[in-house]
Amino acid sequence: MSEAIVVNAVNDAPPTPALLLDGVRYGYAGTRRWVLDGVNLEVAAGRVLGIVGPNEAGKSTLCLVAAGLAPAAIGGRLEGDVLLGGLSTRDANPHQMAQRAGILFQNPVTQLSATAPTVYEEVAFGPRNLGLAVDEIADRVEHALGALRIEALGPRDPMRLSGGQAQLVALASVVALRPPVLVLDEPTSQLDPAGTRLVGEALAGLAAATATAIVVVEHKTWLLADLADACALVADGRVVVHGATADVLADDRLVELGVEPPPAVRLRRAAAVRGVALDSAVVDAVAAARLAADPDTVEPVP
Amino acid sequence: MRGWSGPLGMLAIVLAIALAARLGRAMRPYLLATLPLVISILLVNTFLYPGATDRILTLGPVSATWTGLAEALQATARVVAFALSVALLALTTAIDDLLDDLEHRGLGRRTIFVIGSAIRTVPRMIERAGEIVDAQRARGLDTEGSVWRRARGVVPLAGPMVLSALSEVEERTMALEARAFSAPGRRTTLRPLPDRPAERALRWGLFLAAVVLVGLSVSGRFPLP
Repeated sequence: MSEAIVVNAVNDAPPTPALLLDGVRYGYAGTRRWVLDGVNLEVAAGRVLGIVGPNEAGKSTLCLVAAGLAPAAIGGRLEGDVLLGGLSTRDANPHQMAQRAGILFQNPVTQLSATAPTVYEEVAFGPRNLGLAVDEIADRVEHALGALRIEALGPRDPMRLSGGQAQLVALASVVALRPPVLVLDEPTSQLDPAGTRLVGEALAGLAAATATAIVVVEHKTWLLADLADACALVADGRVVVHGATADVLADDRLVELGVEPPPAVRLRRAAAVRGVALDSAVVDAVAAARLAADPDTVEPVP
Repeated sequence: MRGWSGPLGMLAIVLAIALAARLGRAMRPYLLATLPLVISILLVNTFLYPGATDRILTLGPVSATWTGLAEALQATARVVAFALSVALLALTTAIDDLLDDLEHRGLGRRTIFVIGSAIRTVPRMIERAGEIVDAQRARGLDTEGSVWRRARGVVPLAGPMVLSALSEVEERTMALEARAFSAPGRRTTLRPLPDRPAERALRWGLFLAAVVLVGLSVSGRFPLP
């Protein structure tokens, strides 16, 4: 585990299901196919659930369903139960869901309101909608910007940010709503390794400090290895494997489905192929060192 | 003075405010922007005013007339007065402040959002058009040269622009919902604008003056165009 990222800080928290998906099937309006087909997942307060899987596995749809936007905001057919803090998403309006679950989409540009003249006001957009007091809004905005270390972006025009900056601003704007559940669809897709680590630290800190339950869809398995308490491998709308992060990320089906395991797993496998037994601490240290150099250049293991 | 009092009165007010605010130079581009329209108004009215016989000069099959010229100048004064009053609003009022204040005064959040996003999305659309043109140029599309070639280039530009804008609508709608946009009650105003008594008195004074002017005009005592 990276020293910078503190995870599982509230592992002793009571296992209250902040988010529960029970036998969930979902199909988009106008289609007959079930994009999600029998998904069972549970995330307790203060825990981080990582979702991995190949393209077209249904991960983004899972995010929409988990955040209560599908079918409430976009229609479609939902079977099974999705409970946010015990409240079924069938029984709530989208704005009620917004206070129970925040969602970050893959494309940060569409996440921004396009009406705020500054990043500060963009992040304040959600809290303003809730009619919070100005002092409370200022506190939330400053906290969210600070957690992602983007205070300097405060006066900037949100429509003139780089992809990575826009992603951090979009994340800050979700964080500022302080929902008990955060659903993040590839929150680091446009970030460099340093930015990715920063987001990992911020999310870990958020889970620990505010007991926020976090669901994070991520292709960067090295980030999940540090961040997530549990992981689920999703393919064809179903959960293929679900369990402790280390177990799921070391599962052979990950590679079979085209998902690259984290460096430590690849290193361990490479050593095993060559008949070398490596101590876990050594593997972790070597993987972390190589990851720190540049996670994208860690050599693939056959 | 029939037909002149309105535009000349408006021009006098706008120019006085512009000079007091030292915006004379800044208003020049807005004035220049009216030139194509003004030229066409002058030419069409001066040479083609129907029924006018008081000729100034004759150029081939058409004649300029004093009546046509007077109508053209009057129409020009209206156009310029309108353009400069819009320019004055644009140059003296920050649109974000205006929207914030309108919202603070009770205008619905949806209306504010539509106006605000339309204004702030324009630069983004222009940027995107530039990106699409660059991408298509890199693939060999000829976007320069004659007017006909440029016109043909609009077709492959419009498709991706419209489609990408439409594809963003659903995600943007969901994002707004996820940020409690449809929550009931009033939104918080972050920066309430100061409203000094003198400004309030001026606003009410102008409103009452407008009511009186319309009343006088309707009663026939002070006809306006």
